[in-house]
Amino acid sequence: MHALANPARFLRIARPATTWLLAVGLALALLGIAAGLTLTPPDYLQGETVRILYIHVPSAWLGMAGWLGIAAASVSQLVWRHPLAAVAGRAVAPAGATFAAICLLTGSIWGRPTWGTWWEWDGRLTSMLILFFLYLGYIALGSAERERGGDGRMVAIYGLVGAINLPIIHYSVLWWRTLHQGQSISITGGSSIDNAILWPLPITMIGFTCLFGAATLMRMRAELAETKVEARLRRLGA
Amino acid sequence: MNPWPFVIAAYSVAILLTAVLLLWSYRSMRNSEAAVDALKRDEA
Repeated sequence: MHALANPARFLRIARPATTWLLAVGLALALLGIAAGLTLTPPDYLQGETVRILYIHVPSAWLGMAGWLGIAAASVSQLVWRHPLAAVAGRAVAPAGATFAAICLLTGSIWGRPTWGTWWEWDGRLTSMLILFFLYLGYIALGSAERERGGDGRMVAIYGLVGAINLPIIHYSVLWWRTLHQGQSISITGGSSIDNAILWPLPITMIGFTCLFGAATLMRMRAELAETKVEARLRRLGA
Repeated sequence: MNPWPFVIAAYSVAILLTAVLLLWSYRSMRNSEAAVDALKRDEA
């Protein structure tokens, strides 16, 4: 990580990585979506609405992974004072908020034909909504701190405290058995969903993860360039 | 209940929001990096 502490070295890696992530992400996301909409059979219980799985699950994963990234950036900033940690945290937040919003909206649309309601104050739904609001708070706090020229410690502490919500989201389906179904897919323990339905999911998962990475790198590059412009203008003004 | 309007609505929301995120990030990156290049040219 410290090898990337130099912004010039980081940019040498970030420039080609942005293009590759964008190209691979777009190709895989579109392939996964096309496969999910046309090549898989309908579920015996949910019918065609099961196809929402291929976009809902990646967005849920990225909404949570985004905050995990913010927490890692916060630790890196507070413990090792990594110069790019605050930039990375601020760059991850809009992407995380977008995917948390996609998760909430697609879940709500899926809920109407499946559960008969657009929204329920269920443990999983409510904790995910809290995550979305945490993102909005982080974005507001981060931009205020940047304008003020602060060291970003408060933002990093907020990022760490907000991470408490991640295990709550994960275990919410076990702690409060309400409307949202329990865990049906696990990285380690297999899946209760048939492979005939499941196979496009890893494709959209990887595709949207690459797009998330591309958006984060683009925002980091934008912020580093803005910092460079501000520094040059200050030097010219002095 | 016809399920397809729900499937289409969910995919539309996901594609639209992802596209907005990518375009917004791309534009801010291009604008900021163009400003650095313009400043470098002015200094040269």
